[in-house]
Amino acid sequence: MIAWLRKLLQGEEPPQPDTLAKQLALVIDLNVCVGCHACVTSCKQWNTSGSAGPLADVDAYGASPTGTFFNRVQTYEAGHYPDTQTVHFPKSCLHCEDPPCVPVCPTGASYKRKSDGIVLVDYDKCIGCKYCAWACPYGARELDEARQVMTKCTLCVDRIYSDTLPPEERKPACVMACPTGARLFGDVKDPDSEVSMAIRERGGYALMPEWHTRPANQYLPRQVTPAAEDGA
Amino acid sequence: MNPAWSVVLFTTLAGAAQGLVVTLALAELAALPMSTTFLADALALAVGVLVAALVASSFHLGRPARAWRAVSMWRTSWLSREVIVLPVFIGVCALWWLALRQGWDLPWLPVAALVFAAALWLCTAMIYACIRFIQEWAQPLTLVNFTLIGMSSGLVLACALAALAGQRALLLAAAPIALVLTVAAGVTRIAALSRNARLRPKSSLQSATGIHSPNLKQMSMGMSAGAFNTREFFHRRTPALLRQVKNAFLLLGFALPALLLICGLATESLWPWLLALALQVPGLIAERWYFLAQANHPQNLYYQSVA
Repeated sequence: MIAWLRKLLQGEEPPQPDTLAKQLALVIDLNVCVGCHACVTSCKQWNTSGSAGPLADVDAYGASPTGTFFNRVQTYEAGHYPDTQTVHFPKSCLHCEDPPCVPVCPTGASYKRKSDGIVLVDYDKCIGCKYCAWACPYGARELDEARQVMTKCTLCVDRIYSDTLPPEERKPACVMACPTGARLFGDVKDPDSEVSMAIRERGGYALMPEWHTRPANQYLPRQVTPAAEDGA
Repeated sequence: MNPAWSVVLFTTLAGAAQGLVVTLALAELAALPMSTTFLADALALAVGVLVAALVASSFHLGRPARAWRAVSMWRTSWLSREVIVLPVFIGVCALWWLALRQGWDLPWLPVAALVFAAALWLCTAMIYACIRFIQEWAQPLTLVNFTLIGMSSGLVLACALAALAGQRALLLAAAPIALVLTVAAGVTRIAALSRNARLRPKSSLQSATGIHSPNLKQMSMGMSAGAFNTREFFHRRTPALLRQVKNAFLLLGFALPALLLICGLATESLWPWLLALALQVPGLIAERWYFLAQANHPQNLYYQSVA
């Protein structure tokens, strides 16, 4: 009993589930993101227009507009003058391979698809208890104020498998919209995919590795380009 | 975290009702002389408090009409397990009350009540303790505190009821245990506070972003007027207020009730028992509010700067 409790409370690493054969994910290139928020607006546009219903906008034209977004672009400053950097940092659900938000869901509304690793919410089963949001260290989930269900990035599951969109548009809306190509999309389990090669060659990394959630989305770090010599 | 009153009230009220039922069950199993009417009335009160707690918890849901779905994921979710155990516990208590009223002889009911009260504490505490990256919660003391605080408040409530109803045998048996467990609950709560005061967060802005610069700061969280992430996870109270709440709950929830219990044992008058209850209820509500507020969610690293 004591050992069982101790195991429950702290000891063990979370169980490592079978690795899926396919895991769709985004790879974000921080080296070229310019912080234009085109991914944010295109995500909102696509996902507010789908069959799942609109993403709430509360007080949209008032003093404190707030609404549901699946993707945000944040901005950080790093370093000391004169060696400073401004880093624009897009942030959405990381589709963890070991998603802590899924086992805590009491209804089974939160789930991870075996076929492609996308973490989704079944809006018809969600009771809006917010426990999954508590259990996500990344703050990737947002409760929709109007529908009172939990929402999050779906990797545009209704685009990427669409029969009606032309094949070249069967990508997440954010990837389509990015003017600098900072967002790559693909199967990180396929070693020859664009995303796998980018992770391998550019030193792709996961956020908050200390919690062993094994995020599928990865980030490509800034590369500091040395200043050209005078006259060179 | 931003404490939700529904959760604060639910866990505090249910804990006290569980403690009361455990006290009554142990008294019954120990064959303490107790009037059946008193036992039935106290059980009816416990059931009433549990139902009130259940109603309070439903206010935490965005879609309460779908709450029945929450029984399905008991294999993985402590919340689902709680949703199953709570109504069963209420049912056992209600059946015990009915058996007393009808004169049925069902001696296993107090045992079942003990088992389900313990199971409910386990489920409720594990909902918090199992979230490994909320370091203030992910510790064995969370389970100890939920149980001891529930027992303390249940025993204080049982003493007040026994004093009011003139159940001397129960009062004399329960009061010393109430005193010991109230002191114990205060000590383990202080242990949790001092552990949390020494916590070093495992996550940093550097690990959250992977930008390994010692001088890293957020210029913009990507929105100007806040979102679910800023409403749910920030309590926006000052450190001074938090300190006052902490001092208040240590005093009202543990120290004063313990002194009043001693007073009650020494003076044999009614008022110390009632005053202990009257002070402990707001004290423990403040305790649970503080428990939730003190949790520092790692997602907050991403929401530091409005722009």
